[in-house]
Amino acid sequence: MNVTIPFEGIGASVKRKEDLRFLSGRGQYTDDMNRPGQLHAWILRSPHAHARIDGIDTAAAAAMPGVAAIYTARDIEAAGLGGIPCGWQVTGKGGKVMAEPMHPVLASGKVRHVGDPVAVVIAASRAEARDAAEAIEVAYTPLPALSTMAAALAPGAVALHEDAPGNLCFDWEIGDAAATDAAFARAHRVVRFETTNNRLVPNAMEPRAALGDYDPNSGEHTLITTSQNPHVIRLLMGAFVLKVPEHKLRVVAPDVGGGFGSKIYHYAEEAIVTWAAARLKRPVKWTAERSESFLSDAHGRDHVTTAELALDKDGVFLGLRVATLANMGAYLSTFAPAVPTYLSATLLAGVYRTPAIHGQVKAVFTSTVPVDAYRGAGRPETTYLLERLVDVAAKEMGLDRLEIRRRNFIRPDQFPYQTPVALQYDSGDYEATLKGAAEAADLAGFEARRAAARARGRLRGIGISTYLEACGIAPSKLVGSLGARAGLYEVANIRVHPTGSISVFTGTHSHGQGHETTFAQLVSEQLGVPLSQVEIVHGDTSKIPFGMGTYGSRSLAVGGAAMVKAMDKIIAKGRKIAAHLMEAAVEDIEFDRGTFRVAGTDRTRTLTDISMAAYVPHNYPIDEIEPGLEETAFYDPKNFTYPGGCHICEVEIDPETGEVEVVAFTACDDVGRVINPMIVEGQIQGGLAQGIGQALIEHTAYDADGQLLTASFNDYAMPRASDLPSFAVSTATTLCTHNPLGVKGCGEVGAIGSPPAVINAVVDALRDYGVTHVEMPATPLKIWSIIHGKSGAESLPAAAE
Amino acid sequence: MPQVTLTVNGKSHSIEVEARTLLVEALRETLRLTGTHVGCDTSQCGACVVHLNGDSVKSCTILAVQADGGAVTTIEGLAAEDGTLHPMQEAFREHHALQCGFCTPGMVMSAIDLVNKHPQGLSEAEIREGLEGNICRCTGYHNIVKAIAAAADVMQGRSPEVAHAAE
Repeated sequence: MNVTIPFEGIGASVKRKEDLRFLSGRGQYTDDMNRPGQLHAWILRSPHAHARIDGIDTAAAAAMPGVAAIYTARDIEAAGLGGIPCGWQVTGKGGKVMAEPMHPVLASGKVRHVGDPVAVVIAASRAEARDAAEAIEVAYTPLPALSTMAAALAPGAVALHEDAPGNLCFDWEIGDAAATDAAFARAHRVVRFETTNNRLVPNAMEPRAALGDYDPNSGEHTLITTSQNPHVIRLLMGAFVLKVPEHKLRVVAPDVGGGFGSKIYHYAEEAIVTWAAARLKRPVKWTAERSESFLSDAHGRDHVTTAELALDKDGVFLGLRVATLANMGAYLSTFAPAVPTYLSATLLAGVYRTPAIHGQVKAVFTSTVPVDAYRGAGRPETTYLLERLVDVAAKEMGLDRLEIRRRNFIRPDQFPYQTPVALQYDSGDYEATLKGAAEAADLAGFEARRAAARARGRLRGIGISTYLEACGIAPSKLVGSLGARAGLYEVANIRVHPTGSISVFTGTHSHGQGHETTFAQLVSEQLGVPLSQVEIVHGDTSKIPFGMGTYGSRSLAVGGAAMVKAMDKIIAKGRKIAAHLMEAAVEDIEFDRGTFRVAGTDRTRTLTDISMAAYVPHNYPIDEIEPGLEETAFYDPKNFTYPGGCHICEVEIDPETGEVEVVAFTACDDVGRVINPMIVEGQIQGGLAQGIGQALIEHTAYDADGQLLTASFNDYAMPRASDLPSFAVSTATTLCTHNPLGVKGCGEVGAIGSPPAVINAVVDALRDYGVTHVEMPATPLKIWSIIHGKSGAESLPAAAE
Repeated sequence: MPQVTLTVNGKSHSIEVEARTLLVEALRETLRLTGTHVGCDTSQCGACVVHLNGDSVKSCTILAVQADGGAVTTIEGLAAEDGTLHPMQEAFREHHALQCGFCTPGMVMSAIDLVNKHPQGLSEAEIREGLEGNICRCTGYHNIVKAIAAAADVMQGRSPEVAHAAE
């Protein structure tokens, strides 16, 4: 139909549709929008990690210029608002349900972390709101801070929440403890490893913002917000916090400047502006300053883990025993309980045939910012643990690092592979990605490069990580049985317009992933319409039937599958219409890329002929089928998807400064079928940058009083261009077997596979110094201290300890 | 309130601002040029970079009154009247140097100034060092570096168009 179509379809590196507006300054992010009569909100936040609120005096502030209203917990409670809900309920050992303390919109009675919102000032300008907030007098009685999980779990520690004794949220386990004990009993060797997965701040470049509005005529509330999942916000905020029914609540997530997980969750500020706008009958906007983002966006990681691996005399894994402490922060954020459990411990088999595994997780409340999913969410923590542990085991056993992996890989002929920790992997080829990465990285030539670096006075090391992850979340029935309070299907509505152009309404959301391009390529190819004739619509609950949003690398695997399902319905109806128009039997109508054909003949109709007939049904089987050409599909995935691959990192260390330079990074990933290679490579490169950042420079430090020491870009090390190399990225594909596209997901693999590759390389570079491990981030101080014998890396405490 | 006269993207504006109003606030709130973004409050991220009298500046770091009488170019003022993109904008699109788009305006404005200040051309290391004041969380910088190298070749006459420049 059009020669350009093959080049715009699946597998083409089409330039992005969204770029022109972003490159011209015409993106429309939440803070770019203003509404007539708009007021501005400023949130007064707790300066204490843990304190009793004895009184709040707002009189002086209320008299300040421009102030329209000041609200505290008393107003929120008087209005009958609910707490911020959690989306998961984890059931621990002995059937004990997790402790789920109230998470108030504004702190009530106590503050529980620095940054906990205490009051909101609403004024004519943001500056006036801020000025007035500074005039609010809050009387606090400080209580002991619980800056670390160790402090929170110490005997006699003060309880952050009365209904969470011992500051324990849950104590949970997975796997077969007895079988694992038996495996250890017959082990030739047991390798032990302890590590802390460093706490990170996601730091999407766009700070969170929210704009609330209310139409007194219709009674409709509108919230424009920086969200990865507007329907989820509508559900959580409407049903649990504001108690507004869905048909009177519209949530819009417009252009969103990055998320990485941090914009999944329902945050208090969204409820505050939506509620205040209705109360004041004026639009209310709130935009975070970056230092506020540090104190109010959910953080990521922060697991402390002990692992033991049992091996036979040949280095074959017999059993794995893992115990993790997971920091929840002060309150349970939307996904938080799922991260260390169902998104992390279920990955403990990794790419290996370990037959017996037992994992335990204790989740702990601390007086810190809530911790939730950040790019990879639980899977980077487990991947890091396993891939470091395997390297440590190789060293103790005197085995080559590749050889020990190969001896334990799940082989391609073993799929579907049932792990001892609940998951069933459908496909993969770990040897293929290992080979792909090893060749691209010239692994064979490494020792020559090490020697050359040594001649230059530098220590060169190489590190490998072979990993998989579970994404494309998630089968609703399965996650429901694990404690999810929602289904995790996805929704697509496809509207073929009368003249043949197409609008696709998706419940996923794009905040950098390029869905407007990738999804259009998918629809263009399947329905045979030029790319320019396909529009992807997302991010507005008033336009899209429903949706669970974008996270967990689910948009194409689940959202794309919903589109395929909806397109199948379009084609099925189109065949009936075509059969009528061409006076043939429906069974004889074939469809291929925009053309309906009577099989074996040259009689055809285009999709446009069909859509025109469907909307102008003069010659139409009107007694049998309805006019119009629009279909909606809900797709519930049958399983998780399992991307995986091999990452190889090469570092050079300057022994004078301890600085680690990543001199080469090679990734060969299996993300399933690739729709747009350019976009996939970009996703992987971005993930690698975050993984390398975690491994080398990023760290979130609290002091003993619970003050966040790394609360700005001056203090928190964001990776800059000069911290990173150019990446060598490639893919080696096995198809997902259970979704219609064979896609797996590419958004998180970079951040999941890379941190252990970096640290394995650092440890390798330091092999002459008797080091077995360096904790993340491998900062110059830690490395310099090792090289100069000041102290081992292990004895260098994190700042909070 | 102080009166400030600014020529923004070739058009003269006389506006009233508070003495404490930052240049970025005047651009975004008063002139409604929202292409210039605010990504931090410590002058680290570079999302707010514009050109003032031909030099790149972080518009969150100077007051609007300090820019009085100056000529400002923002991301909205880069493309030609007929919509033809600046070679740097074109290179960013060609090389997929943006994902969420939030850091992009500042990144593009910084990159143009970086190229202008290095007429002899730029090595990869110089480009990476030159981006010290701009943070991107999405791309890992790989494609940004490629795009800047390609645009530099076009801007400095070594290559007629962006698509081939970085190959």
